[in-house]
Amino acid sequence: MKRMTRKATRHVNQNEGLIFEKSSAGKAAWKLPSLDVPEVDTAALLGGVERKDLGNMPEVSEIEIIRHFTRLSTWNYAIDLGMYPLGSCTMKYNPRVNEAVARVEGIANGHPYQPERISQGALLILKTLSECLLEITGMDAITLQPAAGAHGEMTGLLMVRAYHQSQGNARKKILIPDSAHGTNPATAAMVNYAVENLKSDSRGMVDIGALEAQMNEDVAALMLTNPNTLGIFEQNIHKIADILHAKGGLLYMDGANMNALVGKVRPGDFGVDVMHLNLHKTFSTPHGGGGPGSGPVAIKKPLEPFLPRPVVVTKTDGTLGFDYDRPQSVGRVRAFYGNFGMFVRALAYIQANGPDGLRQTTEDAVLNANYIRKGLEGTYHLPYSTPTMHEVVFSDKLQAKKGVRTMDIAKRLIDYGFHPYTTAFPLIVPGALMIEPTESESKEELDLFVEAMKSIAEEVEEDPQGGQEACFAVETHRLNC
Amino acid sequence: MRYLPKSPADREAMLKAIGLRSVDDLFAPIPAEYRLNRDLKIPRQMAESEIVDFFRQRSRENGDGYTSFLGAGAYFHYRPVIIDSLISRGEFLTAYTPYQAEISQGTLQSIFEFQTMICELTGMEVANASMYDGSTAAAEAVMMAVRLTGRRSVVVARSLHPEYREVLATYATHQGMPLTVAGFGENGRLNLKELEKSITAETAAVLVQAPNFFGTIEDVVAIAEIAHKHGAMLVVSIAEAVSLGIVEPPREADVIAMEAQSFGVPMGFGGPYCGVIATREKYVRQMPGRLVGQTTDKHGKRGFVLTLATREQHIRREKATSNICTNQALIALMVNIFMTVYGKVGLKELAKQNLAKTAYAAGQFAKHGKVLFGSAPRFSEFVVQTSEDPYAVNGRLLGHKMVGGLPLKKFYPELGNAALWCCTEMTTRTAIDTAVGLVAESERSVRSGKEEVDVEEVAR
Repeated sequence: MKRMTRKATRHVNQNEGLIFEKSSAGKAAWKLPSLDVPEVDTAALLGGVERKDLGNMPEVSEIEIIRHFTRLSTWNYAIDLGMYPLGSCTMKYNPRVNEAVARVEGIANGHPYQPERISQGALLILKTLSECLLEITGMDAITLQPAAGAHGEMTGLLMVRAYHQSQGNARKKILIPDSAHGTNPATAAMVNYAVENLKSDSRGMVDIGALEAQMNEDVAALMLTNPNTLGIFEQNIHKIADILHAKGGLLYMDGANMNALVGKVRPGDFGVDVMHLNLHKTFSTPHGGGGPGSGPVAIKKPLEPFLPRPVVVTKTDGTLGFDYDRPQSVGRVRAFYGNFGMFVRALAYIQANGPDGLRQTTEDAVLNANYIRKGLEGTYHLPYSTPTMHEVVFSDKLQAKKGVRTMDIAKRLIDYGFHPYTTAFPLIVPGALMIEPTESESKEELDLFVEAMKSIAEEVEEDPQGGQEACFAVETHRLNC
Repeated sequence: MRYLPKSPADREAMLKAIGLRSVDDLFAPIPAEYRLNRDLKIPRQMAESEIVDFFRQRSRENGDGYTSFLGAGAYFHYRPVIIDSLISRGEFLTAYTPYQAEISQGTLQSIFEFQTMICELTGMEVANASMYDGSTAAAEAVMMAVRLTGRRSVVVARSLHPEYREVLATYATHQGMPLTVAGFGENGRLNLKELEKSITAETAAVLVQAPNFFGTIEDVVAIAEIAHKHGAMLVVSIAEAVSLGIVEPPREADVIAMEAQSFGVPMGFGGPYCGVIATREKYVRQMPGRLVGQTTDKHGKRGFVLTLATREQHIRREKATSNICTNQALIALMVNIFMTVYGKVGLKELAKQNLAKTAYAAGQFAKHGKVLFGSAPRFSEFVVQTSEDPYAVNGRLLGHKMVGGLPLKKFYPELGNAALWCCTEMTTRTAIDTAVGLVAESERSVRSGKEEVDVEEVAR
């Protein structure tokens, strides 16, 4: 590595084998209380189904487990270590009070089937979060049951289908812009809708002419991400909604980029009929190395009868309960009520912010993205000059001339102490560098990032071969897939 | 706002650098008529201490301090404290999906170990990490069988968790997948004759739960034989993972769809939990969800990567095996640590304690109420039929800060006044004896016909 960076340094990095390699018969990290009921003869109780051997399960002590996982953890990048400029992923700070309140005894240990009379605390959390999310989105009704964004998409499209069915025609297809996330078409397929691609115009927005031409009575809905994956707010959003509604179609909004809108504009006000939120993006619940998420779906009034069962209601005596008697419901999408622990965290985040904090959060998220855009414009090619909100997409056009592609730049960024940005997405930008800093980055961290990206661009100019591989400070080098 | 790392001066400087006068200029692309020019009507900004108070209050209204005999897909097991110490490390808690293998080896290696242990415990060859929960894992496993067999219809055991059945019905609705339900017999097990009759040449999969919803251990060998004879795949759902410590895994299954909540995951009012699909190597290309494989880097050093991503939505879009993206990674890490703590011997001993507590409890209940399905082996749950409505029985228990078994009327009206009771290593003999005493009291009161209590409403 020729350049020194201000952020990354060499760091202690211990080797650690697989847990099975530490196992040895007779070691144990557990101790059960003494049995207060008579011992049983398992062979007599279970007969032929008694299991005799658990195979190669490990036998290790507690200190070994602590060291094992602690060492493994040091090989991970994390928000707690620095910025994640991943586009449309909204990797923001995960407040620790969220974790503390999710672990309060009655919340962590509530059983989903305990009587409603002793579930009023959990029910109030469901109700309060629902009300907050409805106010934030400007929608009329909501389900918290879906376990992640893609699961929310499926739930939303199931309701779209049920709605159209109730109108006498389930319709055949879903329009999806070419800039959409891969889950959108995958979801449409799961709900048995055909996918029709909708192209973007030269400004990176939905091509209104194309939409008008493609819209007809076979189209159930348009799945739109707004701001879209280029970070561009669809300025003709009202027109898009009108075109759909005129032919009886519905506007579905993928809420992946809601962090650009909270407290500033409400999807319900600009014509959206169905949308999902990602509590693990916009509402700060931890990403945990890939989940859990939570994907509530908010809808307009005409779709309410189709909400998944059950819904939370206030009963005549003023207490809260679940209503299962929903004859037009699309059914259940998950056992119990959803990823409840994530609701607790999201509500704690909303409470910590309040209306002023949420608005400031959105403003800072958009400010940060535009600061990066300004800082890197010229150094990296900007395929669309349209103003952007919470994220910005560059391309590797300038660096590709020297044979260096977006993936190489992204991997090099690791040496500078940053997680790579999103590469090669959205698909409409060849060699995309998709960057979303979120509000959680200070000016100093953003300056370091811009400096790192500029330094990599200079390396590409000076020595295109040298800049192509992450050099050190990682546990393993680029792996053979 | 304490989560935002910027001073007013920073914001000014940044706006100036961008060449804007005010933050409003940043939102100019949003048509003016839609901009929100008021505060959101949500609770005002609260101090950390107020937030903690709010949730402590909710906790007190939420069964805190009650002893419970509920199971039915959510089980109360002890969670070793090191689970939370380890998963609270920011490097696990706040990491992204491990697409960038070089800086995600911690998550990747731990998932690899998770998959390995799940395979050991289930007797399968590959396991993913992860699905949302046991119910969606079962639905996705069935859809996997539909793709593999090229057939479309499914036979589902009525002894499968009723909410899992509902989820499958939702997933199947628009896939043109007809579902047939096969009932259970006197012993609580899937009625094999009914199964035989329900299977056709169009049956892609038979879906059963083992131990089933009643806690009864199904005869998987016999079920597999019938399914395979007709060219159908056998999908087995496991909702109580601890059973794997003492009960033979369903090795004859083609796909196992598991809920791993019992392995160190709080009941948390129903989620987040951890679904897993495990299967044979030959079926891996139709398996949904993320999969970690072992490989080497250019220096020959061992490393781990996400593998077979061509099954997934970000590559295959509408042709993907599933739309799943975000999964339950951090919960899988809880499960992983739990399996590591108990290991080869501990899991067996733990399962044995569950078995012993349940055997004792079922024996005690049988002295006063009718315990159903006694002729087949069971693990940690059993069905008790009482003379009194189970909601009324539970009303008696609630007064003693106890939650009795789950009334089954809603799901199985044919079982009458039946409730599903569960014991784990956390259930004390004292609690069992108290509950049995209250059930006995209920039986006496019904027989003497003196007490006309209607506590049903209160107990719901």
